[in-house]
Amino acid sequence: MAMTDAHPTGIWSWLTTVDHKRIAIMYFVVGFAFLLVAGFEGQLIRLQLAAPGRDFLDPDLYNQLFTMHGTTMVFFAGMPLVVAFFNFVVPLQIGARDVAFPRLNAFSFWVFLFGGLFLYASIPLRAMPDGGWFAYMPLTNPEYSPGPGIDFYVLSLLISGVGSIAGGLNFLVTILNMRAPGMTFMRMPLFTWMALIVSALILLAFPPFTVGLIFMLFDRSFGTHFFDAAAGADPVLWQHLFWVFGHPEVYILILPAFGIVSDVIPTYSRKILFGYPVVVFSGVLIAFLGFGVWVHHMFSVGLGPVVNAVFGGATMLIAIPTGIKIFNWIATMWGGRLRFRTAMLYAAGLVATFTIGGLSGVMHSSPPADLQQTDTYFVVAHFHYVLIGGTVFGLFCGFYYWFPKATGRMLHEGLGKAHFWLTFLALNVTFFPMHFSGLLGMPRRTYTYAEGLGLDVFNLISTIGAFIFTLSFVPLVWNLWRTWRRGEAAGHNPWDASTLEWTTASPPPHYNFAEIPTVDRRDPLWHPYIEPESRRAGDEPGGAVPRRQPDEPPEPVIMPNPSYWPLVLAVGMLLMTIGALGSLGLTLFGLFVTAVGLFAWAFEPPFGEEAH
Amino acid sequence: MRRRAIAALVLFLGVLVSQGCGGEYPQSTLHPSSDSATLIDQLFDQIFWWAVGVFVVVTGILIYVFVRFRERPGDGRPKQVHGHLLLEVGWTLAPALILVAIAIPTIRAIFIIDRSTPDPEALVIEVIGKQWWWEFRYPELGIVTANEAHVPLGRTVDLRLRSADVMHSFWVPRLAGKRDLVPGIENQLWFRPDSVGVYHGQCAEFCGTAHALMGMRLIVDEPADFERWARANAEPASTPADAEARAGQGVFMANACVSCHAVRGTPAEGQFGPDLTHFGSRLTIASGVLDNTPGNLARWLDSTQHVKPGNPMPEVELSDAQIRQLVAYLGSLR
Amino acid sequence: MEGPTSTGIPNRKLAMWTFIGSECMLFGTLIATYMIYRGRNLVPPYPHDLLNIPFITVTTFVLLMSSLMMVLALAAVQRNDLRATKLWLGLTALFGLIFLGGQYYEFSHFVHEGLPLSRNLFSSTFFVLTGTHGAHVAGGVIWLSTLLVRTVNGKLDARHAETVEIAGLYWHFVDVVWIILFTLIYLLV
Repeated sequence: MAMTDAHPTGIWSWLTTVDHKRIAIMYFVVGFAFLLVAGFEGQLIRLQLAAPGRDFLDPDLYNQLFTMHGTTMVFFAGMPLVVAFFNFVVPLQIGARDVAFPRLNAFSFWVFLFGGLFLYASIPLRAMPDGGWFAYMPLTNPEYSPGPGIDFYVLSLLISGVGSIAGGLNFLVTILNMRAPGMTFMRMPLFTWMALIVSALILLAFPPFTVGLIFMLFDRSFGTHFFDAAAGADPVLWQHLFWVFGHPEVYILILPAFGIVSDVIPTYSRKILFGYPVVVFSGVLIAFLGFGVWVHHMFSVGLGPVVNAVFGGATMLIAIPTGIKIFNWIATMWGGRLRFRTAMLYAAGLVATFTIGGLSGVMHSSPPADLQQTDTYFVVAHFHYVLIGGTVFGLFCGFYYWFPKATGRMLHEGLGKAHFWLTFLALNVTFFPMHFSGLLGMPRRTYTYAEGLGLDVFNLISTIGAFIFTLSFVPLVWNLWRTWRRGEAAGHNPWDASTLEWTTASPPPHYNFAEIPTVDRRDPLWHPYIEPESRRAGDEPGGAVPRRQPDEPPEPVIMPNPSYWPLVLAVGMLLMTIGALGSLGLTLFGLFVTAVGLFAWAFEPPFGEEAH
Repeated sequence: MRRRAIAALVLFLGVLVSQGCGGEYPQSTLHPSSDSATLIDQLFDQIFWWAVGVFVVVTGILIYVFVRFRERPGDGRPKQVHGHLLLEVGWTLAPALILVAIAIPTIRAIFIIDRSTPDPEALVIEVIGKQWWWEFRYPELGIVTANEAHVPLGRTVDLRLRSADVMHSFWVPRLAGKRDLVPGIENQLWFRPDSVGVYHGQCAEFCGTAHALMGMRLIVDEPADFERWARANAEPASTPADAEARAGQGVFMANACVSCHAVRGTPAEGQFGPDLTHFGSRLTIASGVLDNTPGNLARWLDSTQHVKPGNPMPEVELSDAQIRQLVAYLGSLR
Repeated sequence: MEGPTSTGIPNRKLAMWTFIGSECMLFGTLIATYMIYRGRNLVPPYPHDLLNIPFITVTTFVLLMSSLMMVLALAAVQRNDLRATKLWLGLTALFGLIFLGGQYYEFSHFVHEGLPLSRNLFSSTFFVLTGTHGAHVAGGVIWLSTLLVRTVNGKLDARHAETVEIAGLYWHFVDVVWIILFTLIYLLV
């Protein structure tokens, strides 16, 4: 699959690439593979729970599977798929030729990949972690979790966390610094805005988690006492460190989906986003409030009425900016000319299902109500509505929207729609009954449940829904296969969209833009249709952005050199990580490789290649 | 064809509704049987109906928009709208007002539920969570028991929750919301039951291999029945009368049982496992996993790791006769 | 090499500021943990048994002085005074090394006095917090040394002042963190 013209191909060119579009594709492919694996784990879980008292899975295997399912979905499917879109879309939307630090970008990908592979190396070694993705202490200390299982969890998240922080840094600098002339903040597309906010969230939320993981690593490996109640410590500290990261992490996963939908709905409504500044600032507000609500995961810990009241109230506040976004999307569609292409179906589906997830979220923002709901299937229903109905729908929305841009080919609409309706059905059939099973008393993370609790029918329906999920991938794979064989050409702007990425060829040349565009308004490609808002200066008709980039750059373009040092550095870190399982020699060797990679990287000239 | 599909759908929904409303739900949050659980249920009801209202309005508008503004052949570009200040203010304030309506009863309920009970007459029970069973101690009554606690109707119960190992969470949904058992910390939970019955509960915080099978029963008795139970349970174990049970006592004392289990009034003083002094009077075996019948007990003694995988009780080599004798002995501990 | 940026701040410098922001969360979490656990230690020895405030005051002063050297190094490279650049860069790194030597002495003294890492809650929080800082100082010393080597080899001059400035940002940040640690761990013992 030639993604860029006149650009080297072959394995080596992918291993050394620093092109954000290729890195995006690698993130997407690997993230999607992890999504399938984690989905399969979820399917096994549902098979076990189809009826009470089944012994399809033994309890330890079940505990390992739900741990792997959650950890994989959040860190190795959700995050990389989000970052795949950052990589592909953001430079194109801001009119840049690449990200600020292309080699750092490649490094982020490699450590993410190695982190995921390292986690899954626990399967052949029969040492899967089994403490849940939240890994509460003291269950995860060596006394109660001997063996290396939890170490795989800790180390894989530490190494992939390095990649996440590097990625957040890269995209923050890219969006702040690499915008095309005239692309002011309030002219940026919403997806880029959300990428900016999420990058900041990653930078601020990951360090506390990293520290928590280091404490856990030290408690496990060196006998420290960070979570040891007998030594005077408080094991609840782990919960604070985990959730002070874990809640912003939820917004790291959902805000990009909001951004995608905020770009897609205007395109298929043929109408600019209603209340642009309000949608932007509600995103900022959600991110800001997201740091002040983590205790709502801990209402049952017993932190006292004042703490619970404050965090319950702060949690309720989040409903306001979220509601604002939903209302503005509806207002965008109001009076529009809605075209229900597959991407638009996913956007519309997100608005509907996220509303359900949001409303069940309001139900457990109330601490007393949450005392009955937390750690039950009611919460499982809630966050799957949010993460599938929100994040996954948003990512599929973006996938159908930008696929023609990335590959130059159109996907088949009928198969796309079949895919949407199957996922929509699967989501509701699987997770709606979980509201009932939760309220009727089914706790989470239980490998079986008793007969006579009235949970049987709901669980059976959920399991049927999980099969529909599995089935839903058939039209998607078929569609990809069909498009690979004979997809029709996409052209520059198949959806008649309004943002910069649609001015360049599909797929874009590796330098993205033959000429860096100058932007003088929002939605630059629609300027003839948009009545200027009288108070906004410089919005007179007749903008400067050409609707099509020239085919050849008028002058030579200097692009970053490919480099294998990011890969070497990542390999060094992987060796250190493997060594941390018990081999000091390997750790030191990894440190040496890391140091070599770092120095070689620092002294390698980053630029130089000239494109025709 | 179409009518049959609708009929099938209605039938299906009927089954769902009957599942949701009728039937027995011993572990349901929607069937409260105490002041605390009722308070939470009423609060949940309020929030639930607000949410339903919002959902109906938003979905209604959404469907209207999808239908009304679908592109039709010959449509040109729509009029472009930048925004509308009053609308923005409106849909900021409306949810805010609904949230205030939710927050007021919420905060009221927090300051009732999250405080220790004001009732000085409350019955104090110490609850100690262990992998994977519950120990209940009644300090005023000198009772130590496991996995099943009796409480009197109409008296506030004041639980003091501790953990012996990892995090657990005490949850008997029909009587109260969850409260975690945290190593190094004593938590409190109180409620006043309002009807007699057997209430199911189980651990709600993931605690390892047998987390799913860490169940319990809270039995609300008439006060007189509770008095009787309490008096009997404060006594040491009675000496078994029939020969088989006596033989069973011999087996118990001669095997590893004694190193973990206590039977008060006998040399068995193990502390690691549940106190068995009045085991025969309990409803279930292995923290709610099996009903306490001689057949189930024999199965448990024979293959404990199959009944409750991962539990710390080893599978002691016992002959069938020994198991029969042990069943007789344990059953006699009433 | 790279064109003008949207904010006017060079990419690498903006990245360093961003990184420092992220590091604030890292050290913030470590410091918060130390403060939450202060006074909760159940097993001797306790902080006041061991902490040698006069000694650490001296190494703190050395580290502070290294920040001054860093400022002088940047000023020197900006006016392309490479001899002075070498001197001040070398002194900055040397003072960092002296600080690290002091920390090494302190750690080994503590271990000798019966406070290995796994001893108690104090040892856990103290070693991990100050050790993380020490690792940052060590990284800074290595970075400064590479700048020094490049200057000696004639590969670093006024055109690379920005590189020195970014290293300086990092170095000053690490110093500031130490001032906070010194205050919270030693002065408030």
